[in-house]
Amino acid sequence: MDNNSNSEIYDSVIIGTGPAGFTASIYASRYKLNTIVVGKLLGGLASESHKICNYPSEKEITGMELTNKMVEAAENQGAKIVMGEVFSVAKVGDIFVVTGTEGETWHAKTILIASGTEHRKLNIPREQELTGRGVSYCATCDAMFYKKATVAVVGGSDAALTAALYLSEIAEKVYLIYRGDELRGDPTWAEQVKMKPNVEILYSTNVIELVGDLKLESIKIDRPYNDTMELAVKGLFVEIGSEPRVKAYEAIGLTYDREGYIEVGKDQSTAVPGVWAAGDITDGSNGFRQIITAASEGAIAAESIFKHLKIGPAGLEVFP
Amino acid sequence: MSKVINATALDFDSVVLGSDLPVLVDFWAPWCGPCQMMGPVLDQISDELAGQLNIVKMNVDDPDNTALSEKYEIMGIPNMKLFKGGQVVKDFVGFRPKNHLLGELQNELNG
Repeated sequence: MDNNSNSEIYDSVIIGTGPAGFTASIYASRYKLNTIVVGKLLGGLASESHKICNYPSEKEITGMELTNKMVEAAENQGAKIVMGEVFSVAKVGDIFVVTGTEGETWHAKTILIASGTEHRKLNIPREQELTGRGVSYCATCDAMFYKKATVAVVGGSDAALTAALYLSEIAEKVYLIYRGDELRGDPTWAEQVKMKPNVEILYSTNVIELVGDLKLESIKIDRPYNDTMELAVKGLFVEIGSEPRVKAYEAIGLTYDREGYIEVGKDQSTAVPGVWAAGDITDGSNGFRQIITAASEGAIAAESIFKHLKIGPAGLEVFP
Repeated sequence: MSKVINATALDFDSVVLGSDLPVLVDFWAPWCGPCQMMGPVLDQISDELAGQLNIVKMNVDDPDNTALSEKYEIMGIPNMKLFKGGQVVKDFVGFRPKNHLLGELQNELNG
């Protein structure tokens, strides 16, 4: 992997090292575009998946293993991958300047934003103080510290269901706490969760407060469960979805949907000429944010960037 | 050239508790994405603070190290603990960008 920023002008800087960014990189390399991929976490949120069973060619794979395969595939096509976090993107004349949080800079004719989303927080008292001290946003990372313990998972989507399943194998008891009255994730996962004898599902319930000084001791809920409003747990795994990571792009004038995702067209172009977006950060793919749809958007974006750079507006090839 | 030392419970006493220099111990695991992100950051800091601080990585996935991670009450990773004279003086929970961690460490080392 590459570690240096420089004054080279790339055809495109691909921001994000998840499935969208790597797929875009693979296609761009095949199109002979000179690109660089900049990202904070290899694999993005997908790297945290404990078990993936819906990616073609993989019967069952962990997020980390799938990530490693994507990195290998992208590098095999010539990808230049830099680990770093993008702080801002600006346009100077015809060139985009991408600046990293450590002061690195990259210059490019086009930008592909594929920096994904970040975990949504509960925003309740003591959440920040107890993060890493009982509160976790990554069951795959931290489940093993809760052997034989009582833990809770908040959420009702695929991420919450797979976290509950994984934890049920390690912890003594798992409360699955969901604000809705029916689990909304993949029915296959929901069925498996309901069959686990050590998982108790609390519907129409919210966690409203965390209790614990140096580490999490219990959680307060807003609806009584077995006559109590407080559950003693050693761990709380927050899996309530994610939010688009768009702060770095404020200066370039993108447009967003009501939930804050970047609006894109069928070709993944944004409202800003020269800027494309792909993956979980966009309002594309009918809002169905999956590894496969992120990969698809990355491929479409790379092809669209290729056409923009190499083929003129009338559809005539400007450069052979 | 990274100066990060990979340690286990077997050499923890000599490498960490008995060290003359302060030691930053990174409790990590191979299946933890944010821990993978910390790797290159710690490699760079080990160079920049060479002579002032040793950095030691402790793989919590290694069964030999389970008792140690329980002793230090690791409940989430990455989790880095700064040891001075065999005692934990500060802990850092979760991923941190390089400049952020470097600043926090310099405060502790100079304080």
